Amino acid sequence: MTAFPFEGRARVFGDDINTDYIIASRRKRESLDPQVLRQYLFEEIDAGFARSVQPGDVIVAGSNFGCGSAMEVAVTAVLGGGIRAVLARGFSRTYYRNAVNNGLLPLVCDTRRIAEGDRLTVEAGLVRNLSTGEAMATEPLPAIMLDIIGAGGLVAYFRKYGRFRVGSA
Amino acid sequence: MPGKTISEKILSAKSGVDACAGDVVICHVDCALGTDGSTPMALDYFAAMGGERVDDARRMVFALDHYAPAPSRATAALHQRMREFAARQGIALWDVGEGIGHQLMVESGRALPGGLVVGADSHAVTYGALNCFGTGIGSSDLAAIFMSGEIWLRVPESIRVNLTGHLPAGVYPKDAALELARQLGADGATYQAIEFAGDGVATLDLEDRLVLSNLTVEMGAKAGLFPADSRTFDYLEGRARGPFEAATADRDASYCREIAIALDGLTPAVALPHQVDRVETVERAAGTPIQMVYLGTCTGGRARDFHQARDVLRAAGGVAPGVQLVVTPASREVLETLARDGTLADFIAMGAVIGTPGCGSCCGTCGAIPGDDVNVISTANRNFQGRMGNGSASIYLASPASCAAAAARGAIADPREIGR
Repeated sequence: MTAFPFEGRARVFGDDINTDYIIASRRKRESLDPQVLRQYLFEEIDAGFARSVQPGDVIVAGSNFGCGSAMEVAVTAVLGGGIRAVLARGFSRTYYRNAVNNGLLPLVCDTRRIAEGDRLTVEAGLVRNLSTGEAMATEPLPAIMLDIIGAGGLVAYFRKYGRFRVGSA
Repeated sequence: MPGKTISEKILSAKSGVDACAGDVVICHVDCALGTDGSTPMALDYFAAMGGERVDDARRMVFALDHYAPAPSRATAALHQRMREFAARQGIALWDVGEGIGHQLMVESGRALPGGLVVGADSHAVTYGALNCFGTGIGSSDLAAIFMSGEIWLRVPESIRVNLTGHLPAGVYPKDAALELARQLGADGATYQAIEFAGDGVATLDLEDRLVLSNLTVEMGAKAGLFPADSRTFDYLEGRARGPFEAATADRDASYCREIAIALDGLTPAVALPHQVDRVETVERAAGTPIQMVYLGTCTGGRARDFHQARDVLRAAGGVAPGVQLVVTPASREVLETLARDGTLADFIAMGAVIGTPGCGSCCGTCGAIPGDDVNVISTANRNFQGRMGNGSASIYLASPASCAAAAARGAIADPREIGR
């Protein structure tokens, strides 16, 4: 489980990055292993990304990140690349759910002044851009999502509680 | 206290809590669909969660539709794994060739008015056409349903789309859905439900409504709900797997936005590459050369879609030279209908390639893949770059009639001008 806050490097994308752009549907035919799929991250729109991704990189996107297919490999392949958080002005709801369920931190904030390569520190509630000195509040996560992320994802949550806890909703 | 939307009513009933937009509730699902695209991962999550027996096998169903038939040894192994799990747990499974899971959920009477039915695939919003809260989930959510039969959901705000009038000749529900995408944009309904209302609803039959509900996820919507009426009940006669109670919006329900679409004023529309909300009129896009035409998917793969396409092609004298026409029925029931009524023979005589009922070429996981720099026009719901398995192809989306007109002319063409 990731300790937050952590420091990382911004990797910047635009609006409406759909899950097929994150990882093409056809790639999951041959393997579901995140360590295999990471080789094809963003291949349609940023051919050099998979080679240059480093552990601790943070995806920084515009609006509607993860739209399109609900395929969960679009989250696990990102985690396979060593990425632990995605900052965006907005997420598609299925990507957001899948991220929370796998412990990938999805944070909604105004990403427009973050540039490629900026150094960031990231935690739920706050993003600091060390390259510009700017601090940004992120939208709060509902209690149940904090519970799931806090447990380390939905697998760990179910191993701990066995079912959804009514009190957390 | 203000009245409730359809979403608020269904999610209140399924959670046992008097819920309003913004509340997070834990709901019991009536049925969950897993596909071969999503279920193998769900089986991994289920095992990691410590799962042994699923909560209630009768409320689950699997469809082998994304790799139909399996194009590789690896995908065949995924199918074997799902068949074994389904047999061991007593879960119903639609095998290769039965069709697209969403179509089968509708045909088999599992998506019912007032119900909550989730699918581990984004196009589960299709069930909204039957007044069923259908929404897409991931593989881990599906595993949680295996464990508990439950899901957490945030009750969405709702956008009311008032439909008025009647679609003119040559204009189809796909054109209306693309107009809605143009107005709302690709994230215009994110985290929200779309609720269709107005006197135009009664002019649309169930197959028309399925097209509109199916496309709502392309605007980010969590659900795309219609009221239930006599057309809904007629369709479900002899299909519904159990009793149901439709959910009706209260007159004083609260909506975050209202949009009006006059069906009478619509014209044939096309989504340009590579975004569903880049919508243009067919008239302005006319003349764009087309080399491949795809008729199928959970948007445009039902019997009436093929009838509309066949009629345009017949009036135009067949498929233009140099155009590959691929026909993939959404289900075996659709294929059988087309075989019985002669439509299939018509397409074969016109040189069409007939695919196995299922997702086919839609997302490049099986079926025909377009060549480099090819322009495709399709009845599908997504035209992202690389979506059909080749990033150098360009995908246009349109109604079955507009796709057929393009097949006949070898270029985007107005279906209203064919045969005149």
